[in-house]
Amino acid sequence: MLKKLQSGIVKSQVWKSIFRVGIPTDNRKRAMAMLGNVALHLHPIKVKKSGLRMSYTWCMGGTSFFLFLVETITGLLLMFYYRPTVEYAFFDMVDLREVAAFGIMRELHRWGAHAMVITVWLHMFRVFMTGSYKPPREFNWNVGVVLLVLTLLLSFTGYLLPWDQLAIWAITVGSNMARATPLLGAEGPGAALLSIGGTKLIHVGSDARFALIAGRTIGGGTLIRFYVLHCVGIPLVAAWLMAVHFWRVRRDGGISGPM
Amino acid sequence: MTDETQDRQPSAAESPQPEAVPAAQAAPVKPAAKRPAKVADEEISRRGFFSWAAVAWVGFSAAMGGCMTAFGRFMYPNVLYEPPTSFKVGIPDDYPAGVVDDRFKESNGVWVINDEGRLYALIAICTHLGCPPAWLEAQNKFKCPCHGSGYYKSGINFEGPTPRPLERARIFVDPSDGQIVVDKAQKYQWELGQWTDPSSFITLA
Repeated sequence: MLKKLQSGIVKSQVWKSIFRVGIPTDNRKRAMAMLGNVALHLHPIKVKKSGLRMSYTWCMGGTSFFLFLVETITGLLLMFYYRPTVEYAFFDMVDLREVAAFGIMRELHRWGAHAMVITVWLHMFRVFMTGSYKPPREFNWNVGVVLLVLTLLLSFTGYLLPWDQLAIWAITVGSNMARATPLLGAEGPGAALLSIGGTKLIHVGSDARFALIAGRTIGGGTLIRFYVLHCVGIPLVAAWLMAVHFWRVRRDGGISGPM
Repeated sequence: MTDETQDRQPSAAESPQPEAVPAAQAAPVKPAAKRPAKVADEEISRRGFFSWAAVAWVGFSAAMGGCMTAFGRFMYPNVLYEPPTSFKVGIPDDYPAGVVDDRFKESNGVWVINDEGRLYALIAICTHLGCPPAWLEAQNKFKCPCHGSGYYKSGINFEGPTPRPLERARIFVDPSDGQIVVDKAQKYQWELGQWTDPSSFITLA
């Protein structure tokens, strides 16, 4: 009876359309099962023994990815309560901490962000010290550098969202760097070159910083701008580059082992 | 093309059913085999293809460029909900000698100061990294909370990491109503010798 039911399910069109390979019985079928499944295919079919040595890899890349997932999930939950306006942002943040169920969600997001910056740096340090940036992995090193910058930008844009004094003045100080952008910053080198008949094209009301913070000073426009970058823009780019990064790890011969 | 369809038509008409199908199947093959012999007018030439491709690419690039320009321009707001850079702060008699007036710091970001017969407006932005310093009456100085830069009442820096004095704003009396106007769009820097500029202060009688 039970066996009949089982075979009925396994032979059904629904089941077969989802699981193309049956229970794998030999190496080839095991490999096919890995390749045919979207979740499993991310993992290599074979892993080098050296790749499992924690003392060698520190698992900092994997931990960084894990923390990215933690940030994605907790961040998505925070979005259900947080409103990115001058009127509500600070109080919604306090509410998330004080009165929302599982107020730890906000702390997980915050501490996860701190931890991710640390693990990304440690991952970079490990890759450097083991020489894993050398050919054929030099392209992946560059992808990693961009991912590092994106991690720092995620951290920077998230810094403003609590909308307290620390946030506002930290972003004031940080965004002042954009004034020094070459050509496009009002105080940057070459900005004076961009002028028509003595009229400056690049000034405090038209430079890169102005576009970044939507005004001359940090305000409501900056808050919504950083919110969109923090929740949508940067994570999308980072996710795509992570896919490239992991794919290249496999293409370049797997996690680097001792030379 | 036209010759071939004419050739085929009589045969299809003579034997309607059995040969009609093979003739139709053979149709795509026949002209392909004959193509090198005679290039028909409608057929696109190599030159024509590249001309059209060039037009298409130019059009596509222009469209993309237009979109990117629009996206870039979209990021620049047309209306700012910020306090005006030029505003009135009362009449000179409102400012007793030696007083640093804190009233307009929160709303407009300036201190108006009456110091030794001169009235000037200091912009409340730390010249180190852009935080707002605070006026400490008891210690007779401006102190920035971010990194501890300190300035005298005149705006000259004397402690902390800041590299230069605070900046002063343009200040003048509006002759129509006798009110003092502060214009933050025009700044005067001490290190450039601009504080001697008569529009950077008001001489009190």
